[in-house]
Amino acid sequence: MDIPSPPARTFAALFPMTTATPVKIVEQREQVVILFAGDSGDGIQLTGSQFTENNALFGNDVSTFPNFPAEIRAPQGTLAGVSGFQLHFGSVELYTPGDHCDVLVVMNAAALRANLGKLKQGGTIIANSDGFDAKNLRLAGYVDVENPLTDGSLENHTVHAIDITKMTRNALADTTLGMKEKDRCKNMFVLGFINWMYSRSLARTEKFIAKKFAKRPDLLDANLKTLLAGYNYGDTSETFTTRFEVKPAPMAPGTYRNITGNQGTALGLVAAARKAGLDLFYGSYPITPASDILHELSRHKNFGVKTFQAEDEIAAISSAIGASYGGALGVTASSGPGIALKAEAMGLAVMLEIPLVIVNVQRGGPSTGLPTKTEQADLWQAVFGRNGEAPIPVVAASSPTDCFEMVYEAARIAVEHMTPVIFLSDGYIANGAEPWRFPQAKDLTPIVPPFATPRTDDASPFLPYARDAKGVRPWALPGMKGLQHRIGGIEKQDGTGNISYDPKNHELMVRLRAEKVRRIVDGLPPLDLSHGPASGDLLILGWGSTFGAIRTATLELLEDGHSVGHLHLRHLFPFHAELGAVLKRFKRVLIPEMNSGQLRQLVRAEYLVDAQGLNKVQGLPFASAEILAKAEELLATLTPDHA
Amino acid sequence: MTTANEVVNGTASPAPKVSYASDQEVRWCPGCGDYSILKQVESVLVQQGKPKEDIVFISGIGCSSRFPYYLDTYGLHGIHGRAPAIASGLRSVRPDLSVWMITGDGDALSIGGNHIIHLLRRNVDLNVLLFNNEIYGLTKGQYSPTSPEGAITRSTPMGSVDHPFNPLALCKGADATFIARSMDRDVKHLREMLLRADAHRGTSLLEIYQNCNVFNDGAFEVFTEKATKAANTLFVEHGKPLVFAGGTKGIRLDGMTPVIADLTDGTHTSDDLWIHDERDSFKASLLVRLFDDPRKEGALPRPFGVFYVNDRHTHETKLNAQMALAKQQKGEGDLDALLRGEQVWTIG
Repeated sequence: MDIPSPPARTFAALFPMTTATPVKIVEQREQVVILFAGDSGDGIQLTGSQFTENNALFGNDVSTFPNFPAEIRAPQGTLAGVSGFQLHFGSVELYTPGDHCDVLVVMNAAALRANLGKLKQGGTIIANSDGFDAKNLRLAGYVDVENPLTDGSLENHTVHAIDITKMTRNALADTTLGMKEKDRCKNMFVLGFINWMYSRSLARTEKFIAKKFAKRPDLLDANLKTLLAGYNYGDTSETFTTRFEVKPAPMAPGTYRNITGNQGTALGLVAAARKAGLDLFYGSYPITPASDILHELSRHKNFGVKTFQAEDEIAAISSAIGASYGGALGVTASSGPGIALKAEAMGLAVMLEIPLVIVNVQRGGPSTGLPTKTEQADLWQAVFGRNGEAPIPVVAASSPTDCFEMVYEAARIAVEHMTPVIFLSDGYIANGAEPWRFPQAKDLTPIVPPFATPRTDDASPFLPYARDAKGVRPWALPGMKGLQHRIGGIEKQDGTGNISYDPKNHELMVRLRAEKVRRIVDGLPPLDLSHGPASGDLLILGWGSTFGAIRTATLELLEDGHSVGHLHLRHLFPFHAELGAVLKRFKRVLIPEMNSGQLRQLVRAEYLVDAQGLNKVQGLPFASAEILAKAEELLATLTPDHA
Repeated sequence: MTTANEVVNGTASPAPKVSYASDQEVRWCPGCGDYSILKQVESVLVQQGKPKEDIVFISGIGCSSRFPYYLDTYGLHGIHGRAPAIASGLRSVRPDLSVWMITGDGDALSIGGNHIIHLLRRNVDLNVLLFNNEIYGLTKGQYSPTSPEGAITRSTPMGSVDHPFNPLALCKGADATFIARSMDRDVKHLREMLLRADAHRGTSLLEIYQNCNVFNDGAFEVFTEKATKAANTLFVEHGKPLVFAGGTKGIRLDGMTPVIADLTDGTHTSDDLWIHDERDSFKASLLVRLFDDPRKEGALPRPFGVFYVNDRHTHETKLNAQMALAKQQKGEGDLDALLRGEQVWTIG
């Protein structure tokens, strides 16, 4: 057994009354789901992400779901202000942050009230008892200010009420910090305690704290002290007789790091630009949940990455179009409301036929909707949301690490096929994290821009819209001799690009642009039906961030002996050439989506298949159990009783 | 070093004779002021002799925005109001190019109002030619954000109730680093202003009064026609007193208030007058406010020329300095190191 010993620190000074360390039992767990919850100012996201990193580094598979309110600091102690961070870690392969949690850590009464429904029967509650005083109970809406920690209502669970506030203050008694600053260290106590509970070393977290507070030695000292106090509390308190261990997961051999979806998107863009030999230009206007891509990219100027915080969403995409026109890889990103503002400029990029990547980190809509919650309701917007016939390829990521791959794919298509491409992510995978077996730069697919060749003789006019076999026009950059040409949003004459109002020419150009986009799927690898039979009773068809929940449900169905396949679409427009054939090999098709059935309608219209929907529009991801139940219901219609 | 004067007089470049016209037929209405502007721009390009492939014209939407099609340079006809953003993106990645932006009063000041002020604040190095005809031409005659109050147009049959923008005051408010005004009918002055605009590093905002002979004919005739031009226009020159009306009148400052001084009745001489200083930001803020309705009794004359010049850094010079500094501090980006990140673990 490999249990890291507690760091040798000023243990005795912190707990002078303690005389002996009780003997603790270590129990093995295959997988654990912990949900940290508290006020949005309680440092819940930091606690969650630090414990995630620790487990990932230890070798567990991890999957996370940060869930926070739109308000930066909602009124303290209220349900509206509850911030949560759910972490699933295990010694087995994981696809989701978990339907329900084993352990619920709550910093106040509101956090308990908001999340109790997510705790498994018999689960463990670790509560900061100081957050359950009369005021907190009233703010959380507990009737007659009855304390759930003591009124017996939680008797089906194991409750550990710890006065974390007091313990933190005690640990910092000999520091010069004010009470407010001391109380802000509470999350470190929790982090220290949880690390003890799951037999993790504090070394990495201590390194992180040292870096974060390098310029504030007093805070650095306080955070380290509190972290250690939390760890030692677990070790010395007689309440806790058991600690747990989750062994490393049997992951594919290789070197891993932890990554969020937005980080994956940022790195994918840098990598694609580098492999294409282009500078990256990123025009963006801040918006939740896409802004972290801007933050990440703005740190990588030494990769030739230029970020432009535009005055609005329209300027963001227009500047990216200008940059692409100049020979950079132009990228813009936003979320639904911002994408709506970019629609006209997307049409311009369709007409100009230049590379452009448009990232939509989807959130709940319409209008401002649910800024910090997830949804996949912008699929139709992506496929159809422009005036005229303006086909734009659409790809989507299925997980945080897939953001890297699919935004890279979006950039590849954009550059090699001279077209704007929409890349769909969503709030769930953008903020969620998982281990990533990152690639080597040399192994990434090469990207070859179709540059025009400069000419010394410009007697004959250059034809900017002459097409190659794939229907792709040449990319002639300002500064290239002999290739001067004029392009724009007005319909253009085939070949020359000059303004043309000729009716036949317009129809020809509409068809040429559509055909160019259609041919993008010609070179795609075969569809991946990696789990389940190639034909059978039920196909669960998914796209985007529902991947993990569908995969988990599918594996359970297969284990129960059902004939079920899972197909996850990465290209949403145009569809993969094999899709129609795959759909017809299954008796039933189920399409779970976090919208009212947008992919289902596209699939039905395209293939005349009677696909069934499972639709959830709550700003929350699917639980795999929800998909399992619906699949079982559909499978039941195939039993002899129903035949 | 080339001085602005040498550039203006054309002594700095050898100017080989090449045509900068494209093979496209020019399709503005006969008699449109745009023809004159196109001709002067072409003439300036010929004089400067820059390689055609190094020049880009970017426009928005409107009559003026068709301009790029008529020149044998690189050209991008964009969408309504967004040319400043397109040009900013282009300049950010291609500081080697000579970029011109063609826009109109509706394109720049109405639908693109947000972009033009941010372009000016960022001071992206390009030449903006703002064709102001005080009307929407391409959509056939609605009032524009520069149409005077009371303007009778197709969308304002009882007269416009809206107060118009003073375009140059707006630009001064946005901290533009080059502000100038010219007119389509005075080709010599227009040419001179184009050369001055091109010589400036930063966003050069040149407003050009342009006659729309179809929907707003004669909007500026009081400034352009021989009979009224002298009395109503004030051609400003750096270091020289503000005189107009054939030298018979001038502008002097009464405290902070510009007033007309008669130079013929012995009360004032040119020594009393406001001396134009292109570098004086406070005075430029006053000068752009000489915007009286010329029909009004005692109206101050309308200034033409370069109002203001400032050498503030451009967006792209600072951006590229940061790029260079990042490379110097961190070294050329190593993609494998980036993908690897700071914390890794190995399995198997």
